[in-house]
Amino acid sequence: MEERGMNERIQKLRRQSLDTPARIYMERADLMTDAYQKYEGTVSVPEMRAIAFKYFMEHRHLCINDGELIVGEKGDGPQKSPTFPELCCHTLEDMRVMNDRELISFKVSDEDLKLQEEKIIPYWENRSIRHKILNEMTQEWKDCYESGIFTEFMEQRGPGHTVGSQKIYTKGFLDYKKDIQDALDKLDFLNDPEALDKQNELKAMSIACDAIMILGKRYADMARELAEKESDPVRKEELLQIAHNCDVVPAHKPETYWQAIQMYWFVHLGVTTELNPWDAYSPGRLDQHLYPFYEHDVEEGILDDEKALELLECLWVKFNNQPAPPKVGITLKESSTYTDFANINTGGITPDGRDGVNDVSYLILDCMDEMKLLQPSSNVQISRKTPQRFLKRACEISRKGWGQPAFYNTEAIVQELLNAGKSIEDARRGGTSGCVETGAFGNEAYILTGYFNLPKILEITLHNGYDPVSKKQLGLKLGNAEDFKTYDELFDAYKKQVKHFADIKIRGNNVIEKIYKEYMPAPFLSIITNDCISKGKDYNGGGARYNTTYIQGVGIGTITDSLAAIKYNVYEKQRFTMHELMEALEHNFEGYPEIYNFVTSKTPKYGNDDDYADEIMESVFDYYYQTVSGRPNVRGGAYRINMLPTTCHVYFGEVMMASPNGRLAYKPVSEGISPEKGADVHGPTAVIKSCSKMDHLRTGGTLLNQKFTPSVVAGEEGLDNMANLIRSYFNMDGHHIQFNVIDRQTLIDAQNNPEEYKDLIVRVAGYSDHFRNLSRALQDEIIARTEQSFD
Amino acid sequence: MNLPNIINIQKFSVHDGDGIRTTVFFKGCSLSCWWCHNPESQRFAPELMYNAERCTSCGRCAEVCPQHGIQEVDGQFLADRTKCDACGTCTEYCLNNAREICGRTYSICELIKEIEKDQMFYEQSGGGVTLSGGEVMLQSPEYIEALTKQLHKKGFNIAIDTCGYAPWENYERILPYVDTFLYDIKLIDPERHKKYMGQDNALILENLKKLSEAGARINLRLPLIVPVNTEDSDIQDIIRYLKENNIHIVKTNLLPYHNTGNHKYDKLGEEYKGVTFEKPSQERLEQIQNQFIAAGYTDVKIGG
Repeated sequence: MEERGMNERIQKLRRQSLDTPARIYMERADLMTDAYQKYEGTVSVPEMRAIAFKYFMEHRHLCINDGELIVGEKGDGPQKSPTFPELCCHTLEDMRVMNDRELISFKVSDEDLKLQEEKIIPYWENRSIRHKILNEMTQEWKDCYESGIFTEFMEQRGPGHTVGSQKIYTKGFLDYKKDIQDALDKLDFLNDPEALDKQNELKAMSIACDAIMILGKRYADMARELAEKESDPVRKEELLQIAHNCDVVPAHKPETYWQAIQMYWFVHLGVTTELNPWDAYSPGRLDQHLYPFYEHDVEEGILDDEKALELLECLWVKFNNQPAPPKVGITLKESSTYTDFANINTGGITPDGRDGVNDVSYLILDCMDEMKLLQPSSNVQISRKTPQRFLKRACEISRKGWGQPAFYNTEAIVQELLNAGKSIEDARRGGTSGCVETGAFGNEAYILTGYFNLPKILEITLHNGYDPVSKKQLGLKLGNAEDFKTYDELFDAYKKQVKHFADIKIRGNNVIEKIYKEYMPAPFLSIITNDCISKGKDYNGGGARYNTTYIQGVGIGTITDSLAAIKYNVYEKQRFTMHELMEALEHNFEGYPEIYNFVTSKTPKYGNDDDYADEIMESVFDYYYQTVSGRPNVRGGAYRINMLPTTCHVYFGEVMMASPNGRLAYKPVSEGISPEKGADVHGPTAVIKSCSKMDHLRTGGTLLNQKFTPSVVAGEEGLDNMANLIRSYFNMDGHHIQFNVIDRQTLIDAQNNPEEYKDLIVRVAGYSDHFRNLSRALQDEIIARTEQSFD
Repeated sequence: MNLPNIINIQKFSVHDGDGIRTTVFFKGCSLSCWWCHNPESQRFAPELMYNAERCTSCGRCAEVCPQHGIQEVDGQFLADRTKCDACGTCTEYCLNNAREICGRTYSICELIKEIEKDQMFYEQSGGGVTLSGGEVMLQSPEYIEALTKQLHKKGFNIAIDTCGYAPWENYERILPYVDTFLYDIKLIDPERHKKYMGQDNALILENLKKLSEAGARINLRLPLIVPVNTEDSDIQDIIRYLKENNIHIVKTNLLPYHNTGNHKYDKLGEEYKGVTFEKPSQERLEQIQNQFIAAGYTDVKIGG
């Protein structure tokens, strides 16, 4: 494996981050349990959350790694992953599986197991959110969940996908405490029936401010102690500077570039140890946040580009040191990765609508290029105003083939946010987090709640509401496949089934969001999310300025091609009957080579700029949009859709028999809005055209993967081609595009010799991962994704 | 109007002219270069291509052929080319895509619609459409004139990829609409030209001269095949011809021989005559490049 990093310090820290195996960190669960045992029942729910958070910050072990300049870990060292028994109380079996499983494993010691068995399980087993959720879900919800119609995001992890606002760079937590006190003073107990709830929440926020300041103070003390013992005068000086930084932040606003990064990192640790929100916590528009500090420090003569880059590289190691919280069961399948999706949007525009690229933007690209780490997910926003130099520098990194940066369309994001009712300024400050999800950074709680299996619903439609895989009647009885005399009859039935399942999902979501609102507030996250303080409401209870609930559609390529196969072959050309098709599906096409031939290679398919198939895609998308978008959620906001899979397209394929488009049983369905594997045969411009027929601006994000062989993007012309494809797609309102530039043979070789390709990183779906950490099925799927090559 | 046959409409074509382009390959050519890597583009009529490697000898094609023109010979299902009218029925029923029909007609309207699909990409990249072949200049002159006229009116950048062997009138008719001619030159010696290309080169050289005189923008494309035209004398002949006739060249592409088209000869039931041909070494390519540069041609590129 090659050493990367600008100097020995970074190389050493990076090496440590990569060589350390992921391990469970039990101290959090232990201390949380102590705090709950001591205080539960004596204080309000929000205060209990804050007190436990503070208790953890007071008593937890700290860690300053050798040579590092930014301090703080979620656990007591790199790659230590805390557990969150108040959300999901792992069984001993869960923990053994985590330890033993080949992929995405976490080491668990006998001591950990003992603690879990004797202390954690007895206390949390029946108190955890997961327990409450499963108690409250209906049988039909459970049947659908277990059969893979949809997944549920919040049974093991908290609501999140949150991206920080710029305010932590102009305010310390002492200032936040003052804001909270002002809000408390303004409470109107005479006229506001919610005044007491607000008081409890605000008091909790105030305690959470203390908690993070305690962490800062303890780090300052520790750095000073280490400095005293340090014999190397250079390191001694660094430790004293770290101590000084921690005296300033997080209690006060940062004064320097270095302190600004340390401030972000303390906040990151606070959010990700208070609860385990999805997608950790993201710095968002880091270049714009850091630029004023950079400019000031450079002018003062205390910072140059080398130092600025080194501090960024230290931050990158910090992100990479934090594996995503351990997941089990379906949650693991839908997001099978160590990546925790902290996402940085570099570039874009400023809140007043100007080009947002600055000197720090280029430093971030240099850092990304040099570090080549899975975390953070480093991406770029490209607007019409983005300089070509910036776009081409990003393309230059992207074509190296490990999937970063991905490219997001600023104008599309802004319009999506405006369409969802945000102000123009909030929209411009926004971006995408997680994989591709749109949000108003700092102002919005936009919660992803689960994937929705669009092709599976066709399977159920064709079987009169019956699921042939789980052998349960999940859907409505609207007739067997042979009963639909026209394509329109079939499509009408499909729509009714989509509505039926969306209703079940939304009913479940409404209950789950309410459970979080009542039992699992997040006072720390609320402090730094705009409007929670002024409203006196929690992030999980509608406190943010905007509150969105997303349901993510999966498999648009598979469902489109399946409907096209039926429409074209059965109803129009009458090449075979519906009955024959159903038999072929039941037999996984074995013994039906003629039907297989027609549906796989003699039918119009999505991804070829062919209106026949693309109009079917539009009709499916439109109906899904109409069914979900705009419905009210329990936090005072609305439901919206986006189109992305993480790794869920593999799981959704595993619960399905063969599809009418020739996809074989249990194989992955299509990912994101990309065409079904092998379906696109007219090159990248045709794929982009097909994808752009979807109305991206009505979504909260879509995901398109493009794979190229190195020859297509070689040289200066190749770079221009890539940049031009991106600009063209974005001119047509495409939301996101990412590239895997790698030849097929390399991937096959890597599959056979994983040891030799330990550091091979590929783009999976909205994030990159080590190829060796992917399941065989997912590896096969990436190999099979259409390789666009035109000699 | 006689509608020409088109083999392929290639999107995201990045090696035939500037920017991202769509290249339309017309069917039919009057040269028969030994190294031709698109032999299916030589005949004007549609034809069946058969890939024996993919064929599993299931015989479905023979059953459905309306002409009863497919017979089994040693496990292969060959079409009797005197009976085959390229109707394509057998390709529909072939389970392994071993059979395909090469060549179909498009009305001008239909073709323009297809070309317009990638307009966004041409505009972004400074690309456009390339009409190639086969030999586009030997297709119905009315069709090509109407096509280029309309494309020009719609603002598309048009490149014509031609071997030069077509009546001058055909070039003259489209001169006002075409932005660039990608003009192939292979050999100056007429005897060897006739041997390897099947035709004498007088017309080709004459047309090149006239195009230059008419002020057309010309990019020279020079396929380089060992042992056909890579000697110093071959190269110097070309440079001398260009100089003596005052032919203005904007850009020169040196296109080293490749054999990726060989398998297509089998599919067409034909013999490939260029089995011993080779690609010039990188060193030799650079020498040739330098000879052009020394002669005053500044933009000389190895490759398309």
